[in-house]
Amino acid sequence: MDKVQDNRAWFLIIPVFLIVAFSAVVPLMTVVNYSVQEIFGPGQTFFVGTEWFEAVLKDDRLHDALVRQIIYSLAVLLIEIPLGILIALGMPGGRSAKTSLTLVLLALPLLIPFNVVGTIWQIFGRGDIGLLGATFRAIGIDYNYTNNSAHAWITVLVMDVWHWTSLVALLCYAGLQSIPPAFYQAAKIDGASKWAVFRYIQLPKMRGVLIIAVLLRFMDSFMIYTEPFVLTGGGPGNSTTFLSQYLTQMAVGQFDIGKAAAFSIVYFLIVLLFSFIFYTIITRTGEGEKK
Amino acid sequence: MSKAAVLAPGSLAAPANVRRSTARVSNRTIVLVCYIVFLMLPIYWMVNMSFKTNEEILSGLTLYPHNPTLRNYAVIFTDPSWYSGYINSIYYVTLNTVISLTVALPAAYAFSRYRFIGDKHVFFWLLTNKMAPPAVFLLPFFQLYQTVGLFDTHIAVALAHCLFNVPLAVWILEGFMSGVPREIDEMAYIDGYSFPRFFGTVFLPMIRAGVGVTAFFCFMFSWVELLLARTLTSVDAKPIAATMTRTVSASGMDWGLLAAAGVLTILPGALVIWFVRNYIAKGFALGRV
Repeated sequence: MDKVQDNRAWFLIIPVFLIVAFSAVVPLMTVVNYSVQEIFGPGQTFFVGTEWFEAVLKDDRLHDALVRQIIYSLAVLLIEIPLGILIALGMPGGRSAKTSLTLVLLALPLLIPFNVVGTIWQIFGRGDIGLLGATFRAIGIDYNYTNNSAHAWITVLVMDVWHWTSLVALLCYAGLQSIPPAFYQAAKIDGASKWAVFRYIQLPKMRGVLIIAVLLRFMDSFMIYTEPFVLTGGGPGNSTTFLSQYLTQMAVGQFDIGKAAAFSIVYFLIVLLFSFIFYTIITRTGEGEKK
Repeated sequence: MSKAAVLAPGSLAAPANVRRSTARVSNRTIVLVCYIVFLMLPIYWMVNMSFKTNEEILSGLTLYPHNPTLRNYAVIFTDPSWYSGYINSIYYVTLNTVISLTVALPAAYAFSRYRFIGDKHVFFWLLTNKMAPPAVFLLPFFQLYQTVGLFDTHIAVALAHCLFNVPLAVWILEGFMSGVPREIDEMAYIDGYSFPRFFGTVFLPMIRAGVGVTAFFCFMFSWVELLLARTLTSVDAKPIAATMTRTVSASGMDWGLLAAAGVLTILPGALVIWFVRNYIAKGFALGRV
């Protein structure tokens, strides 16, 4: 669509600009301010330059948390995206009661507060009172997410799959719904196999929504905090301490404000870098479709 | 499907195709059904537990409550420190949805209709806020709201949630507005409509589905967020999800009460989904399909 050049449009942006600036720019400047100072108490601050940044970049525990975070986010994408597509392909079409029920049931986990998701899995996974934990014990697996690192890590991953795969599935479903029935009829006439229909009709039509799905899932899993906090508190050891956990530990637990602020900025820059890459891809895809 | 099969020439191949595709469809349906069972099991377990007494929970595994009790719910509905949590949550979530929609509507219109200096940059800047880890803003938010005297008020949480809800609202609304042809705007202006009148009486009704979907998303993200909500409140505006940590008492965990509180946090979401179920699919694609 051709847009009109008109700088007066800025007047329409001003409310958004002010409200987001109040919530984003002021706190961000505070963080920048902290990241270059040593704080002993109110009014007792010293300028230390880039010292905190050097400390953060050399922090071994931070490197571990970053590696853990990247592996976790990749695992989330590798499981949730294919599973979401598969679920979307199996969903009933049309406006029947069955469709409505499926949609509502699928969307339900998305509207549960993050810490309640943790609570649900805590109740579900405990060996003494939980169905899952008790089942594992009954078949002879010594499942315990509170003191076995591997079990904790897998539980957090399964919990994320449980919580967010629906989002991918609903996005893909929306993409599939936009395919005109004539496409399928043409494929039928050509004798196309189920795989060919998927590869050459359904997948290209889902490309736009899949990019949104990958973007949202990557960002949210990269910032995961509440669910592992409730379930495992980052433990056992550091096995489920991801970046946000580590940051909060540093800022609130150890009250290491300068270092935590420097860490925040590095963290934010990493996310910003990925956002920029994805944003470029998204806008390019959009233009490609319009042509 | 069956219509396509009738249309298909080469009648020898057609029955085989139909049979194969129905077998395949049922395979996919099995995946879907299995997944929904996987989704519902943990939720069922919590609902199940919320109707049990603590003695029954701790004495062994029962697949359904043998002595169903409403005691857990009774505690929540009679104790003000419990139910005020719900009122607080619903209050700031509603406030946030109203603020987000009010400021996002004109901005989304500007982005969808005009080119202006720095438009792409502002749009990207807005999106980066959606992508900023909330943990980064934890400490500064706390200090900022304490300094301006808004700490522990509903408006503080509502404003803080604007950080990620306003960009999202602009993004979704822009998608829906771009789907409305420009000619409608131009016609309205030729007919002598002023901008506010056109926006309110012509344009808004055309994108009402989009507004509904946006409200749903603002509600959803504000409702599920806890990190900021808990940091910015202590007593007066404390959200229900934060109240739930109180169930640890001297006698151990009150599992039944915890489960009942959890069930009650799911209910508003379930109600909202039911009302928007026909728009869900399009909404999740952010109006961009």
